[in-house]
Amino acid sequence: MSSRLRDVEHLFRVVGLFAVGLLVFVAARAMFVPADFGIHGYYRAGALDDARAHEIVFAGRTACPECHDDAVATGAHARVGCEACHGGQAAHAADPSSAVPERLDAGRLCLRCHRSSGSKPRWFPQVDADEHAGGEGCDACHAPHHPKIE
Amino acid sequence: MDPERREFLAGAGKVLLLTSAASAALPFVMAGRAEEAPGYRTSRHYWGMAIDIDLCIGCGNCVRACKAENDVPLEPLYFRTWVERYRVPPIDAQAHESEPRPQVDSPDGGYDGFPDRPERDGWKTFFVPKMCNHCAHSPCVQVCPVGATFESPDGVVLVDKSRCLGCRYCVQACPYGCRFIDPRTNTADKCTLCYHRITRGLTTACCEACPTGARTLVDLKDPNDPVHAFLRENRIQVLKPNMATGPKVYYSGLDGAVR
Repeated sequence: MSSRLRDVEHLFRVVGLFAVGLLVFVAARAMFVPADFGIHGYYRAGALDDARAHEIVFAGRTACPECHDDAVATGAHARVGCEACHGGQAAHAADPSSAVPERLDAGRLCLRCHRSSGSKPRWFPQVDADEHAGGEGCDACHAPHHPKIE
Repeated sequence: MDPERREFLAGAGKVLLLTSAASAALPFVMAGRAEEAPGYRTSRHYWGMAIDIDLCIGCGNCVRACKAENDVPLEPLYFRTWVERYRVPPIDAQAHESEPRPQVDSPDGGYDGFPDRPERDGWKTFFVPKMCNHCAHSPCVQVCPVGATFESPDGVVLVDKSRCLGCRYCVQACPYGCRFIDPRTNTADKCTLCYHRITRGLTTACCEACPTGARTLVDLKDPNDPVHAFLRENRIQVLKPNMATGPKVYYSGLDGAVR
């Protein structure tokens, strides 16, 4: 019996080595691969939550009229979101007293969109400011929230 | 039916039901947010973007809004979205090899708009907003060696910054040039389609800031989304369709010169 065991001793060593290798592999995998890796696919499921965790800067165009329903743009500017000109105001929407939006330069801001250019679609109202107003600010005649002069 | 068999069937049914319920909740439980399971459902949405070239005025609002919303580095000039201006010579002139080719410029990615005014000198000229196409078969996802970039179940190509090695394979792989290495973290960065916004029922920052409505966020799985009418009633093209990347940014009025 003992002579037979001696003949297979090298096999036990191989099996032992394999077991140790397997243990190292399992331990290393548990250490390096996040627990939520592979739930949806070849990536970490928690990465979706990381992407969602980002802070919101633009409150969205439904937020402003909750307080400022008297200042909503009409006419041609009705479809322009408030934050297209006023910038991201989520901080202001969350805490109106501490985060006060900057006052805009209504005299020049309009040209950001309305400066004439051959590349703009022909339907879009465009002006050469010097020719159109002689250098005067746009808000001298036009109200930004209702641009058409009645 | 003998009672033993009935008992077995009832038991098996219960096990099946419980297993399916548990498997549905598993991702949330694993992520440690079991209480959020009934909220936003990734399986209910499939996001993309519709862009109407005929409405783009090149004001650069989208570029500025994107940088503000997503904390994209202002300098150096990296962009998650940018606007290109195309100038295309007359079609008949293009037939000759020696004649000029279409010209594209994008000063500072269109961040300050396009202040200079090229004349309408017989050339066709227009603006094209560009961004990540959130491809259904993204080359950038395929090349990532560590599973740091992926297509989410709701069709948004995202980067897992905690796993990204900064190897730049994906930057090279994207045929649309939509990726860059964020110099602050040395990891890949790209448009997330404002994932933090769209999963909360808001539209993207670029759509929010676009004054003419040239951009529209679309949910292809929502049968009530007006995009289905938009896609049906307009001539739609995607960028580089020959690359079979399955881009989900749908352009209306896209000129053949646009690459």
